[in-house]
Amino acid sequence: MKRYIYINDDETSQDLYCANRLSNRKYTLMNFLPKNLWEQFSRFMNQYFLLIACLQLWSLITPVNPASTWGPLIFIFAVSATKEAWDDYNRYLSDKKANEKEVWVVKQGIKKLIQSQDIRVGNIVWLRENDEVPCDLVLIGTSDPQGVCYVETAALDGETDLKTRLIPAACMGMDFELLHKIKGVIECPGPDKDIRRFDGNLRLLPPFIDNDVCPLTIKNTILQSCYLRNTEWACGVAVYTGNETKLGMTRGIPEPKLTAVDAMIDKLTGAIFVFQIVVVIVLGTAGNVWKDTEARKQWYVLYPQEFPWYELLVIPLRFELLCSIMIPISIKVSLDLVKSLYAKFIDWDYEMIDPETDTPSHATNTAISEDLAQVEYILTDKTGTLTENRMIFRRCCIGGIFYGNETGDALKDVGLLNAITSGSPDVIRFLTVMAVCNTVIPAKSKAGAILYKAQSQDEEALVHAAAQLHMVLVNKNASILEIKFNGSVLQYEILETLEFTSDRKRMSVVVKDCHSGNISLLSKGADEAILPYAHAGQQTRTFVEAVEQYSQLGLRTLCLAWREVEEDEYQEWSLMFKEASSTLIDREWRIAEVCQRLEHDLKVLGVTAIEDRLQDGVPETIETLRKAGINFWMLTGDKQNTAIQIALSCNFISPEPKGQLLSIDGKTEDEVCRSLERVLLTMRITTSEPKDVAFVVDGWALEIALKHYRKAFTELAILSRTAICCRVTPSQKAQLVELLKSCDYRTLAIGDGGNDVRMIQKADIGVGISGREGLQAARAADYSIGKFRFLKRLILVHGRYSYNRTAFLSQYSFYKSLLICFIQIL
Amino acid sequence: MNSNAASSSTANPDAAGSPDPPAPRRSSKRPKYSKFTQQELPACKPILTPKWVILTFLVVGIAFVPIGITSLLASRDVVEIVDRYETDCIPVANRTDKVAFIQSNASKTCTRQITVTKHMKRPVYVYYQLDNFYQNHRRYVKSRNDEQLKKRSKTSETSQCEPEDTTPDGKPIVPCGLIAWSLFNDTYTFSRNKRQLTVNKNGIAWKSDRDHKFGKEVFPSNFQNGTLIGGAHLDESIPLSKQEDLIVWMRTAALPTFRKLYGKIEVDLEENDIIDVILENNYNTYSFSGKKKLVLSTTSWLGGKNDFLGIAYLTVGGLCFFLALSFTIVYLVKPRRLGDPSYLSWNRNPGGH
Repeated sequence: MKRYIYINDDETSQDLYCANRLSNRKYTLMNFLPKNLWEQFSRFMNQYFLLIACLQLWSLITPVNPASTWGPLIFIFAVSATKEAWDDYNRYLSDKKANEKEVWVVKQGIKKLIQSQDIRVGNIVWLRENDEVPCDLVLIGTSDPQGVCYVETAALDGETDLKTRLIPAACMGMDFELLHKIKGVIECPGPDKDIRRFDGNLRLLPPFIDNDVCPLTIKNTILQSCYLRNTEWACGVAVYTGNETKLGMTRGIPEPKLTAVDAMIDKLTGAIFVFQIVVVIVLGTAGNVWKDTEARKQWYVLYPQEFPWYELLVIPLRFELLCSIMIPISIKVSLDLVKSLYAKFIDWDYEMIDPETDTPSHATNTAISEDLAQVEYILTDKTGTLTENRMIFRRCCIGGIFYGNETGDALKDVGLLNAITSGSPDVIRFLTVMAVCNTVIPAKSKAGAILYKAQSQDEEALVHAAAQLHMVLVNKNASILEIKFNGSVLQYEILETLEFTSDRKRMSVVVKDCHSGNISLLSKGADEAILPYAHAGQQTRTFVEAVEQYSQLGLRTLCLAWREVEEDEYQEWSLMFKEASSTLIDREWRIAEVCQRLEHDLKVLGVTAIEDRLQDGVPETIETLRKAGINFWMLTGDKQNTAIQIALSCNFISPEPKGQLLSIDGKTEDEVCRSLERVLLTMRITTSEPKDVAFVVDGWALEIALKHYRKAFTELAILSRTAICCRVTPSQKAQLVELLKSCDYRTLAIGDGGNDVRMIQKADIGVGISGREGLQAARAADYSIGKFRFLKRLILVHGRYSYNRTAFLSQYSFYKSLLICFIQIL
Repeated sequence: MNSNAASSSTANPDAAGSPDPPAPRRSSKRPKYSKFTQQELPACKPILTPKWVILTFLVVGIAFVPIGITSLLASRDVVEIVDRYETDCIPVANRTDKVAFIQSNASKTCTRQITVTKHMKRPVYVYYQLDNFYQNHRRYVKSRNDEQLKKRSKTSETSQCEPEDTTPDGKPIVPCGLIAWSLFNDTYTFSRNKRQLTVNKNGIAWKSDRDHKFGKEVFPSNFQNGTLIGGAHLDESIPLSKQEDLIVWMRTAALPTFRKLYGKIEVDLEENDIIDVILENNYNTYSFSGKKKLVLSTTSWLGGKNDFLGIAYLTVGGLCFFLALSFTIVYLVKPRRLGDPSYLSWNRNPGGH
């Protein structure tokens, strides 16, 4: 469903879309009692207790005072209702605060201060520096002459760096006055929850001369809950409001997770209930028979001659009441209480505080602690989870010469330093690509030092390394980029940025040297995304070797390349790129295709190798958990070689004589099938041997395997204790979790980045590492910890304690009530 | 559960972490340290090593066997004479229809002879024992009104007493309810060598019942006036607190076989004394074929004659000795290292788990 938004039109779009009123509340004052009671009574246990309590009101059959059941029942209901009410009240308060916040909005051509909840779709909202964005806006003006503004999106995706946002081309250069009167139509899709996509179009209406359709992307929007930073003011058109914003759509309560113990208790309760019914029927029948035959003879009881019609029911119901304590009313409440205590113990634990950031661990989900002790499979991310995710530029290979091989640090390599001072053109170009081809934003701190804000750790590492090698990225001002090299300042104009996507696996920039006017394309990317596009004459063998060699050492590699672009070629291509960027359907794919047309015949400059250190205690943790009978799977988006190397260095797999690594590969169905069969065969043979067998599969083969050979792959998954899956996408990670869950295994997923969120949510237990890739994973997770090594304590100490305690508590609870009840039965 | 045997008895959970005392940090994110939050509170948990188990069993055995023997001896000291009379006290001619006889107006006096088997020291307690009589029946046990029994002002308080709450013309029955109505009404007179033995009926009820539950100013009225006569009549001039037979009866028994105190004989009875009992066999247990027994018994420091406690102690003590012995043998013949992980299920058959 498409939306047509008329900018600044007070009449037409008034009632078409909801106002900007946030509501996260579950209840209102009126419906709280019925709705809450209904929710509580939809649980079997509560229904049962209500039935018993009602029966007790009938004095003919009750053995005890009804208050003895109603009291606890009302207490328990009151406790959970109060908890719900309190939560809801807090939600109401925070909604109210957000709704009543005052913002500047243009109404009838005049800027007015209104409450945030009165913002309508189509209104122009003005923001000042450090304001929170009240709804999803399409940017139309900023204080910056280049039309750039900076936003902090931490509340949205957990990333702490500043992101740049641009005003659309059509609005470029409008002044203050004009922005009050602007009229136009924005065409955009209906509300969705994808915070990385916004495919819209803007057309300004006359009197604005520019009649072209102007494409809008996520780059032109500022979303609700972001903060405006480093920009004096900005204004935008509200496109999604209230609960229809991107943030509002992503909100939602995830399905509650049920632990194995809970499921067991529910089963037991059901069984006991059946037993109870049997007891009641047997004893009730016996009682009725006795009454018919014997009771008349007991003259002292003086039975009346005639009975009311319900007489037959009386004795069974009395037995039912006597047996009602068989199912302990207290168990739910006591379990909830102890579970929240377990969670507190995790929060409190001194040994799970990250010493660097001083962040304690946190249990977001208080209900599943005992499941920690039941974990059979751990699926872990690599980057940032097993490794530090602190990238350091270590080695490089420029034009076939390896630097940094001897010292292990290219920055101190004399050869490289000499090459720079002597001005070797390859090396200079290499450094230029390192410094220019990125999305890093340099920011000057008060002390004058340059801080780099980057979305990707790799880019930050490259820019830092370039800076140390005298190629300093000084300033990035809209499209002009300044670089200081050996005292001289070079200026480049960035014409286009061909962004990185996980499909393309490379990014490029088209820059114009301000001095000479030459246009060139600078690219960097994964080896398989760069090397095949090298121009025909170049020998890429040395680079392949370099990549090979570096990934053997567990380093992350990137290939850098460049090529000169003729002015005509650029102009022609630029038109196509513009057209592709403004399509509404399949924009991403179209852009990729257009980019492809420019990224060919590249001159490969060299290979960079970046080290990502293992976190402390990772090998020990993995070994201990492995000894505890837990199987490990590593799911990573990284290259196969790097993944295997990391796996070796952290005890994930054993080296050759002890361990065996089987690989599933192939590009076609047949190849994958054959390779899968072969691996399965080996697995079946080796299960009896004390040998660590692991398999490696890459994303491509995995997709084929999951699609066509699901059964065989499932068998493989059951047989193998270790697996490495490389080059997998977030959704494949989630699929693998599903696969293991479908075999009735308890799974734990641990990760740190946004690409792990889906896997974390899918798994029985999700653990997030509150690391450098932001807090996204930690937010979605049930538990967040600071370092991978805390997983050991989380599972082996807290998990085990919780499990033992819950088991004891529930067993004791049932034992006690059954015992009391058997006295009654006898 | 399988690693429980291997767990140590120390309180400190997982000593793997850093042992250094947490340094005070400024950060507010850091939770406050306490032994509770770190789960370091001192605790101990016994491990059941063979030595401990054997020793415990031995100690229990040594303690229990003497206790058992002593209580058995005490119980054996008690002299108890039981005489079942409900059939014998019906004339042979009427035994085909006992219920009709008991409900008729014929004389129900009956004489019994009891031979004292052993010297009985005073006081000798006289009990009547009823079998198959359900004083614990729900309808029966609730049929009383404690307020009415206690206070004169609550005379008309007869709720819960149905069907024996009021006379047909609406006057309240005091004491109301089925329990009082079915008061036991067999009477016994004892004589030895033609000389009457007095039966002391004072102080047979609980003191608390006499003082607090049955009022001194509450007198029976309208009792047993209806068409159906349940049991004994009460003297309307004696307050309820003095009607000890009623008080005894109204403390209802929990089981269908029960004894209730009838009185005390305050003299010693010699061996081979022959005691003549003249009894009025009024109470109807024939409808539900219940037994009636007359019991004469002395007491020991442990109460009446009951072998159960002694036997129970002896059994448990003996069992403990036996277990201690067999564990010792097992321990000596086939010793086993404490917490040996090779016995764990997944270590027994490697590979399959």
